[in-house]
Amino acid sequence: MSAPNQDIDQKFPLELNEPRFSVKDPKVRFDMQGDMSDEQRVETAMRNFVKDFGRTAAIYMESCIHCGMCAEACHFHEVTKDPRYTPIWKLEPFKQAYKREYGPFALFFRLFNLKPKVTHAQLAEWQHLLYDSCTVCGRCSLMCPMGIDIATLISQARHGMFHAGLVPHELYAVAERAKREGSPLGATPKVFADRVDWLADDHEVDIPIDRDKAEVLCTMSSIEIMKYPDSVVATARVMNHLGVDWTFRTDGYEATNFGLLSGNAAWQKQMTMKLVDAAIACGAKTLILPECGHAYQALRWMGANMNGKPLPFRVLHMAEFLAENVREGRLRLKKVGKSVTFHDPCQVARRGGAIEAPREVLAALGVELREMFPTKGTNWCCGGGGGVVAIHRADKLRHKVFQIKMDQIEKTGAEIPVTSCANCRQTFDDGQAHFKWDKTMHSLLEMVADNLIEDDA
Amino acid sequence: MTLLDFARGPGLQWSVAIFVFGLLWRLVGIFFLRTKPDLSEPRNPAKWKGLRLIALRSWPRKEFLEGTAFGEVMGYTFHLGFLVALFFYVPHLLFFESVFEGLLGTDFEGIFGFRWPVLPTAAITFLSAVSVAALVAVLIHRITNPVKRLISNFDDYFSWLLTVAPLATGLLAYAHAGGIRYETLLGTHILSAEVLLVWFPFSKLIHAFTIFAARGATGMIFERKGASL
Ligand code: SF4
Ligand code: SF4
Repeated sequence: MSAPNQDIDQKFPLELNEPRFSVKDPKVRFDMQGDMSDEQRVETAMRNFVKDFGRTAAIYMESCIHCGMCAEACHFHEVTKDPRYTPIWKLEPFKQAYKREYGPFALFFRLFNLKPKVTHAQLAEWQHLLYDSCTVCGRCSLMCPMGIDIATLISQARHGMFHAGLVPHELYAVAERAKREGSPLGATPKVFADRVDWLADDHEVDIPIDRDKAEVLCTMSSIEIMKYPDSVVATARVMNHLGVDWTFRTDGYEATNFGLLSGNAAWQKQMTMKLVDAAIACGAKTLILPECGHAYQALRWMGANMNGKPLPFRVLHMAEFLAENVREGRLRLKKVGKSVTFHDPCQVARRGGAIEAPREVLAALGVELREMFPTKGTNWCCGGGGGVVAIHRADKLRHKVFQIKMDQIEKTGAEIPVTSCANCRQTFDDGQAHFKWDKTMHSLLEMVADNLIEDDA
Repeated sequence: MTLLDFARGPGLQWSVAIFVFGLLWRLVGIFFLRTKPDLSEPRNPAKWKGLRLIALRSWPRKEFLEGTAFGEVMGYTFHLGFLVALFFYVPHLLFFESVFEGLLGTDFEGIFGFRWPVLPTAAITFLSAVSVAALVAVLIHRITNPVKRLISNFDDYFSWLLTVAPLATGLLAYAHAGGIRYETLLGTHILSAEVLLVWFPFSKLIHAFTIFAARGATGMIFERKGASL
């Protein structure tokens, strides 16, 4: 790693401490990586944008009618009314380059200079639009009358930006650290094993780790390992309670995938394959993903494609696993008797399809569920997904967006907000602290673990 | 050669030829790209093949209605007005029939087995006028709405102009407006439609051919996951 800024995290390691716990504001920012010339950056960005450009993406690029309706769906536009936050505008340089360089009439566009060449300054400006102000939540994709999945195009544009070395400092640093150490937030295999040891002792719970054979492989997100260790304990409690033959493994425990979030497909694959290989190594029939949104997208929906063949095990989000056990009568829970509202994590619900599972679990907990408006597939994003919560210069905007969420939750009048994504949870914690709000986001898994009915009780 | 002769003769031939060639070029350029198979275990069997999203996206969800209703209503109005005037107006039909008879040697009744229905001229005039009004409203919205103004480009404005032109010249021709010779008005009207045909495949108007493909592709991907449509 000799090129400038590719080793920023080793030279100036991002600090990972309170109060934010994710990452502290870097003292000096390096929002550009590598030592390419401006022209090379533009060329690389575009090449990687259209790499893997299939028929579907091309149809999308050809179909936009500039109706502007997608703006109405995006929380960043909703709170600012700034037209630059129109979802399709976030792709403007990429649309421009597609027409000019790759579309069916590219020749004419170039010959008559109908679309100007994309410039480096443009791309640098668009970094803010593609990263700071897009959580890849996919709400806009539900709005577009043409049926364009704008969020997918944004992910593809992030691939281009990554290879051109145009990623926001923090996101690049955590992604690079995840690749180097196995975890974006310092939860290396050793740290994880130590934590598991400590948690098992402290909470007097049996937490199997590195078993050779197990039916079920459980995984965690580093946000849980480092910030919400109670979730690790809750996972163990629930698994033990159900009598599952399970294990954690130090060769495949980290379910977050910053390769996906930052836009590096090779790193994404590497991170995915750790989980796949660990599950195969212990002969697991089921791999359970933690309460994490993008982890679900990365393994449940992209895992097999990264692997090049179907996965030889089932992949379930924790909420789906819990719902399955509720449905089959194995998981019996005490009634909580409170009013609850559920925040749908975008990648699990809207884009992942696990919409009813958490609600089944909440029903088993006997809570009074007060739905937000809108809810389920059209619920508003917390504002922290897609890596946005890690980017400090985006804080002000993210806090603005968070007000939509507070307002939605206040309107339900529910006592407790619950979700099943640790990244949403940390976004809520941060928003709560910022606004001195009196509501604390809860984890569905932890609520379940706290209310297990022990058979001998 | 008069304007009308040109419009009915070489103008028509060339515009149709460019339309067909441009359309094929662009659609082949898109649809012949490969797609990667999705190897993930589907949540739902793909029994609807994306059809549900194709239908559902024809109207926004109630959560999105506010703020998009204007665009939807105006959009539907001018699309429907334009299509009805194009296909259900007697002179248009006679024109199409003469072209097809020349090509296929039979009239529409011979092809379809029934007489093509038509609407009274007054209804067509009314619909055309409403369409022009809706298009003007859409243009004003495009210019005044900050989002639409920012994202609009030459294609949006030029396509607008070429869509309004046949409607407006049609209305003028029908009204025998302003003491201009009817033949000239008619020639202009036909030419305006031909220019639209020529522009069509190279512009955003292509969405007429890609809209259902785009919705269908998204529908298939989303339904496989059980994601929200
Ligand atoms: S994916 Fe979400 S955040 Fe990104 S543009 Fe669309 S609505 Fe906005
Ligand atoms: S809603 Fe769809 S068609 Fe309309 S501007 Fe946005 S991406 Fe383009």
